[in-house]
Amino acid sequence: MNNKQEKVVTKRDKYENIKQSWYKFSLNKMSVVGLVVVCLVAILGVFEPIIAPFPTHVGAYVNFKEASIPPNTTYWMGTDVFGRDIMSRIFYAFRGALTMGIGVLVVVVPLGGILGLIAGYWKGNWISTLIMRVTDVFLALPPLILALAVSAILRPTLLNSMMAICVSWWPWYTRLIYGMTTTLRNELYVKSAELLGASKGHILFREILPNCLGPLFTKMTLDMGWVILTGASLSFVGLGEQPPIPSLGTMVSDGAKFLPAQWWIAIFPALAIMVIVLGFNLMGDGIKDMLSSEE
Amino acid sequence: MLVNWLKRIGTYLLVLLGLSILVFIIGRVIPGDPARQALGPRAPEEVVQALRVEMHLDKPFVTQYVLWLKGALRMDLGKSLMTRRPVIVDIKEFLPATLEIVSISALFMVLGGILLGILSTKYADSWLDGVIRVISYLGIVSPAFVWAIIFILIFGYMLPLFPTTGRLGLSIISPPTVTGMYTIDFLLNGDIVGFKDALSHLLLPAIALMLGGLAQAARITRSSMTENSTKDYILAEKAYGIPERTILLTYLLKPSLIPTVSVLSLDIAALFGNAFLVEQLFNYPGLSRYGMQAMLNKDLNAMSAVVMILGIVFITVNILSDMVVAYLDPRVRLLGGGNE
Repeated sequence: MNNKQEKVVTKRDKYENIKQSWYKFSLNKMSVVGLVVVCLVAILGVFEPIIAPFPTHVGAYVNFKEASIPPNTTYWMGTDVFGRDIMSRIFYAFRGALTMGIGVLVVVVPLGGILGLIAGYWKGNWISTLIMRVTDVFLALPPLILALAVSAILRPTLLNSMMAICVSWWPWYTRLIYGMTTTLRNELYVKSAELLGASKGHILFREILPNCLGPLFTKMTLDMGWVILTGASLSFVGLGEQPPIPSLGTMVSDGAKFLPAQWWIAIFPALAIMVIVLGFNLMGDGIKDMLSSEE
Repeated sequence: MLVNWLKRIGTYLLVLLGLSILVFIIGRVIPGDPARQALGPRAPEEVVQALRVEMHLDKPFVTQYVLWLKGALRMDLGKSLMTRRPVIVDIKEFLPATLEIVSISALFMVLGGILLGILSTKYADSWLDGVIRVISYLGIVSPAFVWAIIFILIFGYMLPLFPTTGRLGLSIISPPTVTGMYTIDFLLNGDIVGFKDALSHLLLPAIALMLGGLAQAARITRSSMTENSTKDYILAEKAYGIPERTILLTYLLKPSLIPTVSVLSLDIAALFGNAFLVEQLFNYPGLSRYGMQAMLNKDLNAMSAVVMILGIVFITVNILSDMVVAYLDPRVRLLGGGNE
């Protein structure tokens, strides 16, 4: 597309477009619920120091006088064995969870996507075969096991657990984009661009990639939930963020030792994980509806 | 067709070889000095040096890999630092337990997921469909370890109907080993009391493992059946007056299962992954718990072996699912289209 054509799209058309997309998205009320949940989690995570009732409780805070108090009006979700407010700690853990999701996708989507584009466009070439065989190898292990194995070897930190998840996550994007590119490369507009002598970069990123965006965005939204869940599984076994910094998985595994008498220590973080994943799932369904071309 | 399968098996062997390289890199290259990693920072230098020689770490990478692969092919996977036994002995002991739990879990998942999918198609948009949808969402969004904790809480303390730890009750003596799977061994031995006890130990972890996959299978089956139900051939069958039930269970179900099978094969793999956490929680002595402990203790030989074995199991599951898809989809079977 050249500049002239872009100018024809007026502000008003854009507004109409957004309105239409929103209409499609909001047709299913559950998608809107998902969006609200996701926004809420993001706000709570980002503004945790302001919103959380006890911001100091996220660190190495100890107050045994107030330890293991069941949910009440001061501590809405109770306190843990060190007397720390569980709600404040969950809000802080939202930060880690979102960082994890965004961080992993920022690495995995471009990496997997570009490999998929290359392998799909030059299908039949040795480079394509190489990429897809390597992808197959990474896909030959359940993602959680690969992530566990890699993070077990590295030192347990949030960053390393993110890296471990990246290692197990990129092939899914390669596979997705590869599949779409192999079909799209035979489309007429790609052929015409080739005839006009467009550069490979132009064909891959301006002709093919924009047509992959729908399924890509849908998968990314859903994956935010799955990555966070995988991250929680890693920190559940102690391979993520280290105490005293709160993370949802660690909070569940620490709390599980005090079941059933002090149920609130484990149950609220577990619910928090479920709420985040549910939010991204519902939102992902909505985005799928929004981007599908069918009426 | 035979050529096609041979080709496919060739590809799987290639993937297997690649997997062995990947596992080798994870176990031997990433850690820097695996011997030091394995023994910890306080071990004396001579001991570490001895282990280095034993693990062939003094040789170049390629030689190390070839030696490791040769050993693996001869079932020599080195010694476990945790149990001080050859890894292969540990695996023979622990693998059947995990296979047992995962097979039961997969059985529940496949049957339950497809059944729920059929039910929610048959009663589409009724209250039952709604209930199934809510259950599906709950199943999908809660990790297996959360279910495990909930089950332990409910059945371990409130309604002690099922045991929540181990493979057998205290009063039950383990059966003579034939397959290593207790339920089967008890049956072969004709010991019904033991069989019941072993089965009751399997139930909770198996269900905790599979709920996510069950929900996913149900959702996919429903959407694929709903999509196919508007196709012309279904309409034609309706016009011929073929009973609704026959159409639903025979003509509609079979082609609709193709996407479900693909998803299920991934979910079965996920069962092995989740078993890493669930076996730990239920204190169930399986390969996954062994693998988990190997990872946490940096027992690299044991870890590489477990990861490799689970990879092989996963690839086998994939071949099986390809076969099922070929059975369900004549296009794949006859044209050899497959994934292309």
